[in-house]
Amino acid sequence: MLAVQEFYLLAGAALKNIFRRPFYSDDLFLQMDIIGVGSLPIVIMTGFFSGAVMALQMSRALAQYGQVGRTGMVVSITLVRELGPVLTALLVAGRNSSGMASELGSMVVTEQIDAMRALGTDPIQKLVTPRVVATGVVLPLLTIIADFVGIFGGFIISYFLLNLTPTQYWSSAWRALEWNDVVQGLLKPFVFAFAVSLVGCFYGLKTTGGTQGVGRATTQAVVVASVMIFFLTFFLTKIFVSQAGS
Amino acid sequence: MPDDSSQPILRFDDVTLSFGGPPVLNHISFSVLPGETRIIFGAAGSGKTILLKTALGLLRPDTGRVYVFGHDITRMPERDLFDIRSRIGMLFQEGALFDSLTIEENVCYPLLNQKSIRSTPEQARARAEEVLRFVELEHTMDKRPSELSGGMRRRVGIARAVATRPPLVLYDSPTAGLDPITANTIIAVIVKQRDVSNVTTLMVTHRYQDGNLMANYRWDAATGGLRPATNGERARLRTTFMVLREGRLVFEGTQQELEASEDPYVSRFVVRST
Repeated sequence: MLAVQEFYLLAGAALKNIFRRPFYSDDLFLQMDIIGVGSLPIVIMTGFFSGAVMALQMSRALAQYGQVGRTGMVVSITLVRELGPVLTALLVAGRNSSGMASELGSMVVTEQIDAMRALGTDPIQKLVTPRVVATGVVLPLLTIIADFVGIFGGFIISYFLLNLTPTQYWSSAWRALEWNDVVQGLLKPFVFAFAVSLVGCFYGLKTTGGTQGVGRATTQAVVVASVMIFFLTFFLTKIFVSQAGS
Repeated sequence: MPDDSSQPILRFDDVTLSFGGPPVLNHISFSVLPGETRIIFGAAGSGKTILLKTALGLLRPDTGRVYVFGHDITRMPERDLFDIRSRIGMLFQEGALFDSLTIEENVCYPLLNQKSIRSTPEQARARAEEVLRFVELEHTMDKRPSELSGGMRRRVGIARAVATRPPLVLYDSPTAGLDPITANTIIAVIVKQRDVSNVTTLMVTHRYQDGNLMANYRWDAATGGLRPATNGERARLRTTFMVLREGRLVFEGTQQELEASEDPYVSRFVVRST
C-alpha cells in the first residue's frame, strides 16, 4: 500500500516538473537517443517477424473460409490495435525499464542521489522527468515504426508464400483500419510509456542493499512494468471496444 | 539570521530518527559554533552517517529539531533546503562522484546547479581548476572518476565539497578503507581546508589518528605540510570529540576528557588506534 502511494507521489512529482524550471533538455535528448534510437533495431526485427508470423498463422485459418486475400486486413488490425503497442512496450520495458532501474539503483547505493540533492539538484527533475518525457515521445514513434514494419513483414509472406498481389494485400490492410484503431494504437503506447518509465525509475530510486539490491530492483522493474502493460492494455481495449459498440 | 560567532552554526535539539526499527538517532542534542571542529567517533551502525545526512536535511527527524545557520530545517520543503545546502559542503563516504561526468564536470556541478550561486561556465571552470590545485589533482580534470584511485576520488570529493566556499563542511569517514599514508594525505587536505578557509568542520571517523591530527596540527603554508599547533593555536582550534553508540550520544568533550574517559566503549576509540 505504501509502495503504491510512493509510486503515485513520484508520478505526480515527475509530471509536475515538466512545467517547472530548470529544464534539463540535454538529459531529455540523451534519453530520447538511448530509448528511441537504441531500441530501433530490436523493434524493427521484432515488428517484422511478428507481422510475418501473423500472416503465416492467419493465412491457414483464413484458407478454411477461402479468405486468404484478407490476410493484410488481419495483420494490420492485429498489429495496429494490439500487438504493435504491446510488443514494443514490452521490448522497451525489458531494455529500458531495467536500464533505468539499474542506473538509478547504482546511483542510490553509491550515494550519488544524495550527493545530487546536497549539490542543489532535485533528482526527480534531473533524472525521472527527462526519462518519462523521452519515453512518452519515442514509444508512440517506435510503435508506428513497428506497426509499419510488421505490416511489411506480412506483405513479404503474402507476396512470396501466399501468392497475393501487392494491391490485394495493401488495399486490404489499408481499408481495414479505422480512425478508432489508429487512435487506440497511438494512445496505448503513450499510456504504456508512463508505466514503463515510472516503474523503472521508481524501483531504481527505491533500491536498498548494495549491488544485490540493484539486481533485485532491475528484475522487479521489468516484471512489474510487463504486468502493467498487460493490465493497461486490457482496460484500454475494454474502453475502446465499449465505445465502438455504442 | 544569525551567523555571528556566538550563535551555533548547527544545532540538534533532542533529535530522534528511526526507520521502522529501533532509533538510529536517539534524543541527540548538541551545538556547533562557527569555526569549531567536531570529530565524531562510533562503531559501524552507530548513526554517524545518519547524523551528517540529518544535518544536511537529506533525512528528516521523527521528533526534535535541527537548526542550520539559525534556520529550522526540520520540516523545510526540499526546494527551500537547496539554499541552505549551498552553504554546506559534504564529502560522502566513497566520494559519491557522478561516474558519468568528468572530474571537472563533477567539481563544476555545484557551481552551475546551486540556484543561489549559478556561476558562468568560465567562472566554474576557473574555480574547479583552483580547488583541484588545492587538492593537488589539477591534472585529472578530463579524467573520469573510475580512472582515479580511492584516495584521489576522496580528494576530488573534497574539492567538490568546498568549491562553493561553504562555511560548514561535513566529512563522512574520509579515510575509511584507505592505507595509512593516503589517509594522512586526506587529513592534511582537510586540515589545510579548515585553516586556509577558516570553516566549521564536522568529521565522522573511526580512526583516532584522524581526530588527533585535526585537534593538534595546523597547515603550514611555508612547508606545504602539517606542523604541531602551539598551545594558543590548539585552544583556538576548539576541537570537540563526540562518541555515538547505537544512536545515542554517549560522550561529548575535549581530547583530554576523551582520553581520560573510563567508559569501556568510549575508551575503545582511543586505545585501539594509539
